[in-house]
Amino acid sequence: MKKVELQVAAIQNGTVIDHIPSDKIFQIINLLNLHDVHSPVTIGLNLKSEAMGTKGIVKIADKYFTDAELQQLAVVCQHLTLCVIRDYEIVEKKGIELPRELVGIVRCSNPKCITNNEPMRTRFRVLGPQLKCHYCNNEVALDEVKLL
Amino acid sequence: METNSLVAIANHSRQKLEYLIRMAEEFEKHPNRNLLRGKVVATLFFEPSTRTRLSFETAACRLGARVIGFADPKVTSGTKGETLKDTIMMVSNYADIIVMRHYLEGAALYASEISPVPILNAGDGANQHPSQTMLDLYSIYKTQGTLDDLQIYLVGDLKYGRTVHSLLTAMRHFNPTFHFISPQELRMPEPWKQYCRDNHVRFIEHEDFDADTIAGADILYMTRVQKERFADIAEYEHVKDRYLLKLDMLSRAKENMKILHPLPRVNEIEYAIDDNPHAYYFQQARNGLFAREALICDALNITLEDVVNDKNIIL
Repeated sequence: MKKVELQVAAIQNGTVIDHIPSDKIFQIINLLNLHDVHSPVTIGLNLKSEAMGTKGIVKIADKYFTDAELQQLAVVCQHLTLCVIRDYEIVEKKGIELPRELVGIVRCSNPKCITNNEPMRTRFRVLGPQLKCHYCNNEVALDEVKLL
Repeated sequence: METNSLVAIANHSRQKLEYLIRMAEEFEKHPNRNLLRGKVVATLFFEPSTRTRLSFETAACRLGARVIGFADPKVTSGTKGETLKDTIMMVSNYADIIVMRHYLEGAALYASEISPVPILNAGDGANQHPSQTMLDLYSIYKTQGTLDDLQIYLVGDLKYGRTVHSLLTAMRHFNPTFHFISPQELRMPEPWKQYCRDNHVRFIEHEDFDADTIAGADILYMTRVQKERFADIAEYEHVKDRYLLKLDMLSRAKENMKILHPLPRVNEIEYAIDDNPHAYYFQQARNGLFAREALICDALNITLEDVVNDKNIIL
């Protein structure tokens, strides 16, 4: 049997976010608030990937995320893969899709929008590759958005 | 919070717009009432707008309400760093309804989400100004006898002018044909043209502005071409006099054609036109009173039936 070296160690229970573009990995870490997680977190960067050339991966032991927490990741990258691990087995594997609405994640690019001048949460409707501000109706392309 | 706020005219159906027009008609017959006796209307103008404020305050006074508020944002706690939310929550303790003008876009929608009393948007930045649209609709209805199947010519700044954009959204229910007449730099933006296509609203674009072009108009809606909108001053100098309405341009106008303007006017309508029967912009401003009486009552759950059956008309 051919020996295969794992690039990142397996976890017994928890969440794996795979196929992260290497330049996006720190945004993913911030969005998931991993600095507040106390269980072991493994971060792989510049790993070999047949499809992507190089990729990043994050493995968070003993922690599962809500759909809302995961959906926001699709703002910075639309082709992530989520794996839910229980007892070393992948019990769920799927892509992460954008929700219909983004709340408190993205900054409005209109400086005269109320959300940039008041302590409040932003709200955007997702219209394909565009986001539309719920408050000022400003539209911004998904690949140009700035996170809060 | 779930209240009867009015943030944008686009939220209203054809039936609702017709209902408000019928209510405005009742107020035009008898503007002075006691329907709001005992009520307090707050007018919060975070951005000065004398015309709109006086119109709303007059509407409230003629309905018997008392009015509190401010016309000058420099006197508010906003200058001390108070948030909009705190101002709204404070004023909602005192008033039954808040009429708000704000320089930030989306301010009215946010206020309507947090306020326990209805918010009437009296303009939020370049975003929405629904009471202006309501008085425009009422003026069109009054002068044409209908809102259906009209030829509406929009002239001037179609890029930044929020009144023309709001008019598109409100008129989409009434099968209009729009004609857009503007300099290249101030053409109707593509998203609004797409909005027309999506809503099956016909439109034709023109660059010429002369007697022949406007001969088919039922409504000629003039707006101001502002110098500060041009990146190139030479371009402004080139077009500034091409979109001025002169008396001789009305020679071929249809008899029913009326000229509207949201005001203030600078020089885009020649003063000689003021006495012409096609001129309607001053009556249009007066219609704002009746339209705003209707909007305030509707927000306070006073129905058309209540208005029709009102026995306390002040003659």
